[in-house]
Amino acid sequence: MWYFSSPNIVFGEGALSHLEKLQGRLACIVSDENLLQSGFIEQVRSFLPSDIAVQIFTEVEPDPSLETIRQGAMFLQQYQPDWIIAVGGGSVLDAAKGMWILYESPDVDPSAINPIETYGLRRKARFVAIPTTAGTGSETTWAIVLRDTAERRKLALGSREVIPDWAILDPEMILELPPRLTADTGLDALTHAIEGFTSTFHNDFTDGLCLHAVRLIFEYLPRCYQNGSDFEARQHMQNAAAIAGLGFGNSMAALAHGLGHSLGAVFRVPHGRAVALFLPYTIEYCAGGDPQTLRYVELVRALGLPGETQNAAAHSLAHAIRDLEKALEQPLNLQELGISREALEREMDLLVANALNDTQTIMSVRVPDENDLQQLFWSAFEGKLVNF
Amino acid sequence: MSIPFPSDAWIKAMMEDLNNSQAYLDAAKNWEGDFYFIIEPDGVLDHTVILYMDLWHGKCREALEVTDPNLKSPAFRLSGPVSTWKKVMTKKLDPMQAMITGQLKLQGNMAMVMKNVRAAKELVESCTRIPTEFPV
Ligand SMILES: [Zn+2]
Repeated sequence: MWYFSSPNIVFGEGALSHLEKLQGRLACIVSDENLLQSGFIEQVRSFLPSDIAVQIFTEVEPDPSLETIRQGAMFLQQYQPDWIIAVGGGSVLDAAKGMWILYESPDVDPSAINPIETYGLRRKARFVAIPTTAGTGSETTWAIVLRDTAERRKLALGSREVIPDWAILDPEMILELPPRLTADTGLDALTHAIEGFTSTFHNDFTDGLCLHAVRLIFEYLPRCYQNGSDFEARQHMQNAAAIAGLGFGNSMAALAHGLGHSLGAVFRVPHGRAVALFLPYTIEYCAGGDPQTLRYVELVRALGLPGETQNAAAHSLAHAIRDLEKALEQPLNLQELGISREALEREMDLLVANALNDTQTIMSVRVPDENDLQQLFWSAFEGKLVNF
Repeated sequence: MSIPFPSDAWIKAMMEDLNNSQAYLDAAKNWEGDFYFIIEPDGVLDHTVILYMDLWHGKCREALEVTDPNLKSPAFRLSGPVSTWKKVMTKKLDPMQAMITGQLKLQGNMAMVMKNVRAAKELVESCTRIPTEFPV
């Protein structure tokens, strides 16, 4: 028994105009200060019917903290919206989902948000997600990643109830995305699609979504990076990110996310850059596991890459990912991220402990112990092939 | 020789297994909280059986079958029919999926669970290592 959860999705040119059809009393727009300055919030607001009052919360920071969720929930409590409209990247969307839970169930501890208990959402408000990046897929998932600043740890949380009511994918919202953010977030989507296809929770409903997202990303992400105003490529990447979200959101991510969350919380590396850096290393690591559990041959076939055995296919895929990352001028190892040997040594115990107990690590077909995690971090530091 | 499940002997065998598991010790370093595993009737099991385990920082300090549900007031309760326990313990059902879909019901401090999911995974791994005879 399992579920497939999806929002209603509006996509393509003019998708924002769907907002004209909303009926309600008061909408709270959740976003960040940059998006307010750049005029995106005003653009969203202009589509809302005039009888819907609007309040705006722009205090969400990158990698939102548990404190921000509590603060944002108090804002929602104050204004009592019947619509929450999240406009932003994954941080904003995840934060808004967490705020929504606390708004409807004020006694919830945000670090305890989980898919087992029920929160009774939608008694007060419904939720619209409008992504301004093409990558995190948060607009189509029930995942929420929050940062515990005291423990220097990211918590990969979630509840099926926070699947947005509407995801609005308007390519206008991502045309101005700078190249680095385009690459970071686009590679996050690639990691979602590949991990969603290879995780232990993969299923018939998610396989096709993940495979098609992988194909779209390999084809269109380099075009978006080279020419941000390539409308066709932007549109396909926006769709690919949401499709990858539907895929991994219903089959979970895996080890690259476990390592990436851990690294990101300690060294404050952007999410997509961190998970994508680890992706080829974790594929090589999984290739050393039980071949019966691996699915790399299907993946490389979909991409037209060589690899007849699972092991050969894993290495072929890891190679293709590194080539893509090179084309996008991304760091391929931790040194290129600016992390020193001393800093890695100093933080290793925390990195390993957090990765070990990350909710996504345990979805991997090969689950590393402490020793393997240390070796994985060192391999990623040196840029060495993982062959243990 | 297989040990009947659910029974006092079975939970004591699991205690021994856990206390010999380096993987559990590593994963559950920060775990604090005792458990009632509540096995509900199904098939030839005609009554509810409660197995108690006191789990503390990677070790099991006490394990026993409890006949009076009020004997302890554990931090966590995990309950479900014996047929579902069997599916999880024989790796036919993923424990996370069992809990998310409500086939096994977990109650307790969920922040502790979400921060220590690997501990939960290793706990189930331990169950699968005990040679077990099921009533269904
Ligand atoms: Zn991600």
